[in-house]
Amino acid sequence: MNSWINFLVDSLAFGAVFMYGSTGEILTEKAGHLNLGIPGIMCMGGAGGCLVLNMIGGSSLPPFLIVILGILGSLAFSVLGGLIYSFLTVTFRANQNVTGLTLTTFGVGLSKVIMTKLDTVVYLVRTRDYFRWPFAGRQDSLQLWGVLFFLAIIVAIASSWVLFRTKTGLHLRAVGENPATADAVGINVTRYKYAATCIGSGIAGLGGFYYIIDYMASQEAYLSVEAWGWLSIALVIFALWRPHMTIIGSTVFGILFSLGSFITNSSWIKVTMATIPLLKMLPYVVTILVLIVSSIRNKRENQPPASLGLSYFREER
Amino acid sequence: MNGTGRKDRREPLIHLSKRDIISPWKAWGIRGIAMFLGLVVCGIAAFLLIEKLQQNPGKIGDFYYTFIRGSFSTSRKLWKFLKNTAILLCISLALTPAFRMRFWNTGGEGQTLVGVLASIAVAFYFGGKIPEWLLLILMLAAALMAGAVWGVIPALFKAKWGTNETLFTLMMNYVATYLVSYFLVVWVPNGSSSLGKLKFGKLPQIYNEHLLIILIVLLLTGGLFVYLNYTKHGYEISVVGESVRTAKYIGINERKVIIRTMILSGALCGLAGYLIAAGADQTVTTNSAGGQGFTGILVAWLGKFNPLMMILTSALIQLLNQGAGQISQDFSVNNSLPNVIVGIVLFFIIGSEFFIHYEIHFRGSGEKKAKGGRLK
Repeated sequence: MNSWINFLVDSLAFGAVFMYGSTGEILTEKAGHLNLGIPGIMCMGGAGGCLVLNMIGGSSLPPFLIVILGILGSLAFSVLGGLIYSFLTVTFRANQNVTGLTLTTFGVGLSKVIMTKLDTVVYLVRTRDYFRWPFAGRQDSLQLWGVLFFLAIIVAIASSWVLFRTKTGLHLRAVGENPATADAVGINVTRYKYAATCIGSGIAGLGGFYYIIDYMASQEAYLSVEAWGWLSIALVIFALWRPHMTIIGSTVFGILFSLGSFITNSSWIKVTMATIPLLKMLPYVVTILVLIVSSIRNKRENQPPASLGLSYFREER
Repeated sequence: MNGTGRKDRREPLIHLSKRDIISPWKAWGIRGIAMFLGLVVCGIAAFLLIEKLQQNPGKIGDFYYTFIRGSFSTSRKLWKFLKNTAILLCISLALTPAFRMRFWNTGGEGQTLVGVLASIAVAFYFGGKIPEWLLLILMLAAALMAGAVWGVIPALFKAKWGTNETLFTLMMNYVATYLVSYFLVVWVPNGSSSLGKLKFGKLPQIYNEHLLIILIVLLLTGGLFVYLNYTKHGYEISVVGESVRTAKYIGINERKVIIRTMILSGALCGLAGYLIAAGADQTVTTNSAGGQGFTGILVAWLGKFNPLMMILTSALIQLLNQGAGQISQDFSVNNSLPNVIVGIVLFFIIGSEFFIHYEIHFRGSGEKKAKGGRLK
């Protein structure tokens, strides 16, 4: 394969990590909850999936069952994280920033404690090729386009469809914009907030799992999941709160992030080592610019949900 | 409840109302109970995660004792505890004026980091070429400036266009991180990207290397308490925080207040960066702020944005951190376990705030109580 195409395929595969992370965060934010616990939840999702694979990776179960059980394990852990978050912020109306940051501390710590106890050969080496179906075994970067990669694209598009084309999505957006009004119309605000946060967390957790088991497929991969979690939160802004836009956004972010190492590998462009940090800074700078421009243009559909970060108490006037 | 016309409908099982006021004793009692429950759950989690405890369950007493030993068993640990508390408190104090204004400054991490970076940059370029006292002053000025710039950029956009400050300040953290790694590559061309301890630009010692930092932060605590509670600026901050419309009505220029307060907030984060750079580390890494910009948010929130109360909350968080660190050493477990333990205790403390702010009435608990719990 041509090295540039190879690079693009790789960047797209890398981007799937952010597709999961930011699609999950968008669903949560659309319910009015800024979940800064997403990095922790992604770590928990990754660790949960690997924990299950560690138990069943050595067994003689059929490959597709192993894949499904791994995904379920990942979902179980990340939804647990989402439940902790929504219990504290929705039912107990705690400050969302504080709760989210604590959840990140907790989740990152927990994933590291779990991952160091697992056996790489069992959870990773034996199962990797099952997850990389149908391109497993190829030598170029197309091998990274496995089951979870395609699932990421499906999830992103499906989330957009639900959010903007169905009644459920309309209700969810109403909850995020103005919960009091939604409540008055008869929408169960609490149920929507819980559901959006937990489903969003489940989706985000898959991002961590995909990164560890497929994209990197290495023993140390779990250490960098947290960083991708923060980048996913940035991508939400870049995608203007539209899940399908994360597909484009995550590819751009993926390209910017791996461009540094790609350019130094090819001999015909001379860059210094100092350029790499600046290239890696770009996604965040671009995100800030998008945030600024969208606030200046002040178009309603490009703004963060109006009640983002505020907890809702029915009797408050 | 205004369901007077619909007698057939039953009252809900649980009814919440906001408390008007709660006695500090009761509030601290609730927090104490929450912390106790948190520690119990920690014990259970530790039992699940630590192999040495599973083999010898009798050691669970040691587990809790280690929390205290982590900070108090030797005078070295005690000083380390006091110094780290001071730096954490400094960052939390820096964030407080912004939070009182309901400006969610999640950028303490970045503002502190650029403070460290600016201090070290001055020490790197001028160290040894100018007298040490002048160097220290220049480092301080650079740190304050850098922090203020990092803080005021989001504030300008918030004031002019209402740009979401939580997300903006959060993103500025990562710009700061990569700025540091850029300078590390430039300063250390050999590829290791780690700048050793610099020889110049070290704060003078009073008694030992920690006491000066602690005194500076204590002074700052008092100063900020007065600034927030007894000055016109502090009053304006509170009004803008309560209601921007009220502020406009009584003639406060809320844009000016936002910008001024964020310059202060950022500069104080820069000061924390200076204390880290000149008082402790003498070097800069991408991890110089060590997540304290985020922990500071927690400290400030738990302390109700009251500088004096934050002395307690920052000490509590530092006690948990250091104790949990000691546990991972003594029980030879992964050094991330502290994060899990601290996280669990914090979940309980965060949850307890609910019981402080809201009152729960069960069905049929009496009209009198329900009336007492009515809103302001």
